[in-house]
Amino acid sequence: MTEPCCIVVGASHAGGQLAVSLRQQGWEGRILVIGDEPFLPYNRPPLSKTFLSGEKHIEDLLIRPEAQYEKVGIDFLLGQRVTAIDRNNKTVTLSKGETFAYDKLALTTGARVRPLAIAGSELKGVLYLRDISDVEHIRQFIGKGKKAVIVGGGYIGLETAAMLRKLGLQVTVLEAAERILKRVTAPQVSEFYTRVHREEGVQLETGVEIQGFVGQDRVEQVQCGDGTVYPADLVIIGIGVIPNTELAQAAGLAVENGIKVNDFCQTSDPDITAAGDCTNHFNGFYQRNLRLESVQNAMEQAKVAAAALCDKPIQYNALPWFWSEQYDIKLQIAGLSTDYDDLVIRGDHSDGRKFSAFYLKQGRVIAVDAINSPQDFMFGKQIITQKLLVDKVSLSDPGVSLKDFLKK
Amino acid sequence: MPVVTYISHDGAINEIEVASGTSVMQGAVDNMIDGIVAECGGSCSCATCHCYVDEAWLDKVPAASEMEKDMLECVLEPEDNSRLSCQITVTDELDGLVVKLPPSQF
Repeated sequence: MTEPCCIVVGASHAGGQLAVSLRQQGWEGRILVIGDEPFLPYNRPPLSKTFLSGEKHIEDLLIRPEAQYEKVGIDFLLGQRVTAIDRNNKTVTLSKGETFAYDKLALTTGARVRPLAIAGSELKGVLYLRDISDVEHIRQFIGKGKKAVIVGGGYIGLETAAMLRKLGLQVTVLEAAERILKRVTAPQVSEFYTRVHREEGVQLETGVEIQGFVGQDRVEQVQCGDGTVYPADLVIIGIGVIPNTELAQAAGLAVENGIKVNDFCQTSDPDITAAGDCTNHFNGFYQRNLRLESVQNAMEQAKVAAAALCDKPIQYNALPWFWSEQYDIKLQIAGLSTDYDDLVIRGDHSDGRKFSAFYLKQGRVIAVDAINSPQDFMFGKQIITQKLLVDKVSLSDPGVSLKDFLKK
Repeated sequence: MPVVTYISHDGAINEIEVASGTSVMQGAVDNMIDGIVAECGGSCSCATCHCYVDEAWLDKVPAASEMEKDMLECVLEPEDNSRLSCQITVTDELDGLVVKLPPSQF
């Protein structure tokens, strides 16, 4: 009799953690992680920051070195894509036709960039930023004084803009909505980041409709609907991601804006779990289904999924949090601000580079954007989870310690 | 290679070789030591790699930045010897460093 095998599809942040957690939870059988990139699981957040700048190298990005996986018996099959899951025979098939049998399966397939399909988008120099290879590609086009146009004023676009400015490029950010970060922050936070980017020399335009990219053998211009033309040596598109759910869908698993998972990260097949950006789960705190794109969610769900696969179920129950680094600004976000009905600004968002935005719903804090204010983030997390009714005047006063709000 | 000793809340002792230039946090993550979570991967953003530096080593470990100090005030059970392990870089001078891990990072 052969030992049981758990296959992890996706050598991602979630995939790597899931494999490690399986061992920690006592899985004694084989663990095989299959990934389509040629790298062991790596930290993605530095891609738009220190990896783009060249400060960090691939070895620095790896979450764990190869020897550590070998030590605990985690096998990797890299640079290979799983193309099908046969749930009846419990096998996965790779693109080259090879099949592997599994007893348990974990899907950590992540997300891919949303493509912008317009005229000229196939030109050389029109790029995205999601993987190591994307950044290696971007690096071939950057240099002091070169003109970069960033399409999309979300976090990825803005972090990239900040780093390219630091590297001495001329940077233009073009956003389709009337303000940057519209989907995720209050107008005051958008105003703040608009001001900061302009102070740093970025040309930032909103309400822009992009018609196409023009160039001979590589991109030279970005053309807009109102006739404006922006010269460009490179274009980086950051307009969101799409969860990789096709494999799960083809296998007949429940999929709805992500692979549907229960509180234990199990899919509609009890032998298959899923974790990370590719999943959709019901969040008890916000009382709705969520698909999160964050390192924290990838790591937490990976641990929960591994526990379920080892028959030691633990319930997923985490307050989402995120962070972003641009210039000398660290933004830490606790919770989700969607549906807020009131906003409290603690500090001054129109001057300097330190304040926090507290998002309230029916008198309770549901989210915090803390800008260079780590204590507001740390205590804010607790204020959110304790579901306290807060006094807005005290909350807005940086002189009042947030510690005083908390239940003792 | 410098050796760092991690003492878990339950008393379990792990003596780990950690390469110079690597953080105390990374040494724990590489070796799958449970008490360190390190959600942000070492960017001083999450405070889930909190540890207590053994008193004998306090003088030898470089001081915390303002950002780290601010975060440390908000962790569970902060002490004077609290540090974020992602902000301590292992050097030959820190060979033998002892850190204790808290019962929980949340």
